[in-house]
Amino acid sequence: MSRDTLSRPAPAARQRPRRASRTEARNARAAACFVLPFFALFGLCFLAPIGYAVHQSLRRTERTGPLGLGGQEHDVFAGLANYAHALADDRFLTGFGRVLLFGAVQIPLMIVLATALALLLESASARGVTFFRSAFFLPYGVPGVIASILWGFLYVPGISPLVKIADVAGWDVDFLARGTVLWSIANIVTWQFTGYTMLVLIAQLKSVPEELYEAARIDGANAWQVARHVKLPLIRPALVLTTVFSIIGTLQLFAEPMVLRPLASSIDSGFTPNLHAYSEAFVGNNQHVAAAEAVLLALVACVLSFGFLRLVGRRGEDRG
Amino acid sequence: MTRLPPRACRPRPSVPVRTTRPPVRGRTTRPPVRYRIITASLLTIAALYFLVPVYWLTVSATKNSADLFGTFGFWFSDDPRPVGHLVDVLTYDHGVYVRWFGNSLLYAGIGAVCATLLSAAAGYALAKFPFRGREAVFNVVLAGVLIPGTALALPLYFLFSAMGLANTYWAVLIPSVVSPFGVYLCRIYAAAAVPDSLLEAARIDGAGEARIFGGLGLRLMTPALVTVFLFQFVHIWNNYFLPLVMLSDSSLYPIQLGLTSWTGYADRQPVLYQFTVGGAFLSVVPLMVLMTGLQRYWRTGLTEGSVKA
Repeated sequence: MSRDTLSRPAPAARQRPRRASRTEARNARAAACFVLPFFALFGLCFLAPIGYAVHQSLRRTERTGPLGLGGQEHDVFAGLANYAHALADDRFLTGFGRVLLFGAVQIPLMIVLATALALLLESASARGVTFFRSAFFLPYGVPGVIASILWGFLYVPGISPLVKIADVAGWDVDFLARGTVLWSIANIVTWQFTGYTMLVLIAQLKSVPEELYEAARIDGANAWQVARHVKLPLIRPALVLTTVFSIIGTLQLFAEPMVLRPLASSIDSGFTPNLHAYSEAFVGNNQHVAAAEAVLLALVACVLSFGFLRLVGRRGEDRG
Repeated sequence: MTRLPPRACRPRPSVPVRTTRPPVRGRTTRPPVRYRIITASLLTIAALYFLVPVYWLTVSATKNSADLFGTFGFWFSDDPRPVGHLVDVLTYDHGVYVRWFGNSLLYAGIGAVCATLLSAAAGYALAKFPFRGREAVFNVVLAGVLIPGTALALPLYFLFSAMGLANTYWAVLIPSVVSPFGVYLCRIYAAAAVPDSLLEAARIDGAGEARIFGGLGLRLMTPALVTVFLFQFVHIWNNYFLPLVMLSDSSLYPIQLGLTSWTGYADRQPVLYQFTVGGAFLSVVPLMVLMTGLQRYWRTGLTEGSVKA
C-alpha cells in the first residue's frame, strides 16, 4: 500500500486525479515493456504446450485407407478415450504406484537425513563446518544422468567395488534385482539432493537471530532441546518447501531408471509414469495417449503439491 | 552480519560488551568432548557416503578398460594413466566429446544469461510498477514454478515439432530462457533492495524507465541476478529429458545425452565404458569446483526463495 502512494511524484498532491491516472497509465506502459518479453516466452513454453497437450489428448489419428493402411491420416475428436486408455493400462498405473511408494519412503528419509546434517553442522560441537558442508553439497553438482552412470558402475557386478567387498564379507547383494532396484535408484536421488535440502535448511537456520538460541541455552536447554524445540519449529517453512519440490521431483523420475535400464532387466518401459509416456510417444508412436499421460502426470503433481501445502497449512493454523 | 547494525546503534554501555559475553560464549562454543566426538564421527560417515562415488570416479578415470573390470575399484591400477586416457576421450570420434561439451556450454551459458535478463526485467516490473492484474500475473508465474518440467517436455516437443523447431539448437535454447523461479526471486529481491525514492529521484532527473532499470535496477539487483544465473545454468546443464525428446541429431547433443549414447553402444564396443567414465569425470569436475566455490550465492538464493515465501 505504502509503495503505491510512494511511487507517485510528490507534486501530485495538488492535482491528484489527473496526475494519478497519468502515472498509472505510464506505469502500465513501462511495466508492459518489462514484463512482455518474459511472458511471450512463458506463454510459448508453459501455457501453449499445456493447451496443446490437452488438445492432443482429446483427439486420435484416423487413417482413411483400406484396412487402415496408407491413405490419408487425420485427427478426429476422441473425447476422453485416450485418458481411458491410459488409466486402463496396468503398467502405467503400476508405474504411478511405484513412484508414490518411492516418494513415501525416499522423501521422508532424505528430509530427516538433511535435517540431521543441518542441525549437526549448525551445532556448536561441529568442527570443519566449511569442509563438511561442501562435501555434502558436492553431489548436487553432478547431473542426474552422470550420477546414474556413476552409481550404475557401483551397482554392476564385475566392476563394482561395493559388490566385491560384500562378496568378501560373504553377503550376496544384487543392487539391480527386481525388488531392490527401486531402492538403488532411491539411493542415487538421496545422494544427489540431500546436500541441497540441507543447504536450504541451513539458510533458514542462519536467518534466525542468534540471540534466540542463546536465550534458550541460558534458560538451561541442552543442545538437543534447542534443536527440538527452537530450531525445528523455525525451519518448518523450509521443510515444507523442500518436501513440495521433492514430491514434484519424484513424479518426474526419469533419467535414473532410463540410464540404469540397460544394466537392469527388472526396469521395463513402464517403470515410471514418465518413462511410460516417453515410450508411448517415441516407441509406440502414440502421441495422443502420451499427451494424455503427460496431462495426468501434471495434474497428479499439482494435486499432491497443493494437497500437501494445504495439509501442513491447516495443521499450522490449529497449532496457532 | 544482520545483527551488527542494531548493536552499533545501541548506546555504549558502561561495561564493555565483550566482558559480559565470554562466559556465555565459552559455555556454548565448548560443549563436552563426548558431544564433539559424536558430532565429528557422524559428519565423517556422511562425508564418506557423499565423497566415495566421486573418489571412485577419479580413480577409475586413470584406468584402461581391462583394469576397469579387472582391478579393485577403490584403488589405482599398476599403471595409472590419467592424462593419456582423458586425451583419448577428447579425441575419440573426431573430438565429438568436445563438441558435446561446447553444446552444453552454449545451451547453459546463453540460456542462463537470457533467462537472468528476462527474469530481472519481469521481476523488477512486478515489484516496482503497481498495475492492475499484477497479482494475477504473479500467481501464474508461481504456478509455473510448481509444474513439473518433464510433464511439460513432451507437450513442448509435440508443439515444437508441429512448428518445425524440433531437432534444432532453438528447441533446447528457447525453453531454457524461461525461468519462473527467476522471476519470483527477482521480484522479492527488487521489492526489498531497490528503493522507490531512488527511482523517483531518477525520474525527476528526467531518466527514462529503460535507463533507470539498466543503470540502477540491474546494479542493485546484482546478488539476485548472480543467483538466478547460477540456478538456471545448473538447471540447463543437468537437464536430460528435454534434449532427449527434442534432439535426434547427435551433433546437437549436450554432454549428458552424448555420454548416455556411449553407454548405449558399450555392449558392442567395450572401450566406450572407459570413455564414459573418463567423460563423466571431465564433465563433473569443473562444475563441482564451481558449485562449491559459489556456495555463498546458493545460500542467498535459497534464503530469499524459501524463507520469505
